[in-house]
Amino acid sequence: MLDSNTLSDQVAEIVEAHRGLEGPLLPILHAVQAAFGYVPQGAIPQIAAALNLSKAEVHGVISFYHDFREAPAGRHVLKLCRAEACQAVGADAVAGKIKAALGIDWHETTPDGRVTLEPVFCLGLCACGPAAMVDGRLVGRCDETIVAEVAK
Amino acid sequence: MKIYVPLDSVAVALGADLLVSALQAEAFRRGVDVEIIRNGSRGMVWLEPLVELVSASGRLGFGPLGLADVPGLFGDLEAHPKALGLVEDLPWMKGQTRLTFARVGVIDPLSLDDYRANGGLAGLDRAKAMTKAQIVTEVTESGLRGRGGAGFPTGIKWKTVSEAAGDQKYIVCNADEGDSATFADRMLMEGDPFCLIEGMAIAGLACGATKGYVYLRSEYPVAICVMNDAVRIARDAGVLGAAFDMEIRVGAGAYVCGEETSLLNSLEGKRGVVRAKPPLPALQGFMGRPTVVNNVISLASVPVIMAKGAAHYKDFGLGRSRGTIPLQIAGNVRFGGLYECAFGLTLGQIVNEIGGGTASGRPVKAVQVGGPLGAWFPPSLFDTPFGYEEFAGKDGLIGHGGLTIADDSTDMLAMARFAMEFCAIESCGKCTPCRIGAVRGVETLDRLARGDASAIPILTDLCNTMKLGSLCALGGFTPYPVMSALTHFPDDFARSKEAAE
Repeated sequence: MLDSNTLSDQVAEIVEAHRGLEGPLLPILHAVQAAFGYVPQGAIPQIAAALNLSKAEVHGVISFYHDFREAPAGRHVLKLCRAEACQAVGADAVAGKIKAALGIDWHETTPDGRVTLEPVFCLGLCACGPAAMVDGRLVGRCDETIVAEVAK
Repeated sequence: MKIYVPLDSVAVALGADLLVSALQAEAFRRGVDVEIIRNGSRGMVWLEPLVELVSASGRLGFGPLGLADVPGLFGDLEAHPKALGLVEDLPWMKGQTRLTFARVGVIDPLSLDDYRANGGLAGLDRAKAMTKAQIVTEVTESGLRGRGGAGFPTGIKWKTVSEAAGDQKYIVCNADEGDSATFADRMLMEGDPFCLIEGMAIAGLACGATKGYVYLRSEYPVAICVMNDAVRIARDAGVLGAAFDMEIRVGAGAYVCGEETSLLNSLEGKRGVVRAKPPLPALQGFMGRPTVVNNVISLASVPVIMAKGAAHYKDFGLGRSRGTIPLQIAGNVRFGGLYECAFGLTLGQIVNEIGGGTASGRPVKAVQVGGPLGAWFPPSLFDTPFGYEEFAGKDGLIGHGGLTIADDSTDMLAMARFAMEFCAIESCGKCTPCRIGAVRGVETLDRLARGDASAIPILTDLCNTMKLGSLCALGGFTPYPVMSALTHFPDDFARSKEAAE
């Protein structure tokens, strides 16, 4: 668990660094997620107060966007493109094999906390699909052997 | 020894970073001095990673290059198994008219000197000596239309913002390129970021806007990194500054934020919910102030228009589609990538001659033009010339110029279902036809898949409601892929109950 003082200090620092921006909420949420791996519930009242927003408004923004997590992900995050261009080169079949190998469905994390599987709609690698992203690293012409990269 | 290894996402996804390490190690082992420049991609995705060696005769290409091919680059180059010859002489390169993408893949994307030496900043220099109205006229005369898909004349939009009253106006670049089969924005930002910056600075001069934002999707980490570096370099060099400055803002994975009003809400830090129009963003956009919202390619086409004149750009094209379009050929295709050419090639020429047909070698069944909201075109419509009106005339759209090619193993009912499923996932929820319609669309297509043909009129009616009643293109255009699949591939929808069960 995060120490609540550490949390509020770090969030305060992030909010301060983004003061003066027009429309600072998304950059703040990205920075908080970069720092903690997710947007801790405890950060919301502080962000809301600093931006003169209600907690509901901040929560509404977090829940609107696919990128923001309300809980930590697995140690690895494997994103597979599900969009049409990747489907045209067999992305569905590859995703099926990967799900079977990991024993999880979209948006789930393996019980050992090793890997979270997420769909993504287009990484812009549409002429070398199926496309994937492993812990932020781009992979073209991906197949099921990619699970080896998230084995540990 | 001077070597170009692309930093483009495609090259990286296919191992370019590993190649750089291998090249450095091999050079060190042999005691050879190498200078490695990370360039953009030439757009020939099937040849990536495409490494180029600078020779006396020009840049020699080698690709697709694997780690095992690295030592050979230090030996007899002509005998190298991956030798392609001079890159400029490859048919893919020679067939193009590269106006917007002239420098992509050629220069070091983060060298302002390279940029300037290759014609960069000439447009901005010319614009600085012109009045606002003159710049707007030049862009209007060029015939440039919004490359994001809507095709609205860029000059007219600028004129509205330019003449609007307001102490603070904005130039917002829509770099939320979420459509499948599109990657032109990404390639431009990764390969020639100063071109976009210059285009935005010109827009700023034309409209009296001093501040710009690039709303860049989070799925493009390489582009985010390159753009941020480029903005810093441009600011240090005085290209950006008091007269016009800009920031890169990162999206958060919502497809609908590619819609301009939703994008503006997101940029303001709100949920990316669509706004009703009017008011137009040109009058009440970011922070309620006059705002130009243009796609990356629209803005990046402005420098060449200003540098070479409106007439030069306008001379290319067909009908009301003037200039060039960067085609993005993707999906199940033999030669996929980015191909910039004048409007007017037929769909068949693009798919079969440039793209070389499918990668699987099977017959082409359908091509989706314009991303997930674009119609599926069967081979019987391959004589359609590539242009805004021409595609609209066939109940389709060109969108951002992306083409997804699919072979005969594709189930068009499944693709129609995916279109509805995608709309349901990505709907912002503001309007009912999109929010509820997409969910009902999935259910109705599932009924069809179970062999219940009585669902066809319901699906048609639902698509009509979504098309006419949605606030934005997400709900409004999802019927395109659905109805085109139903119209052109009725056999895929005629499931017998026995077979389905």
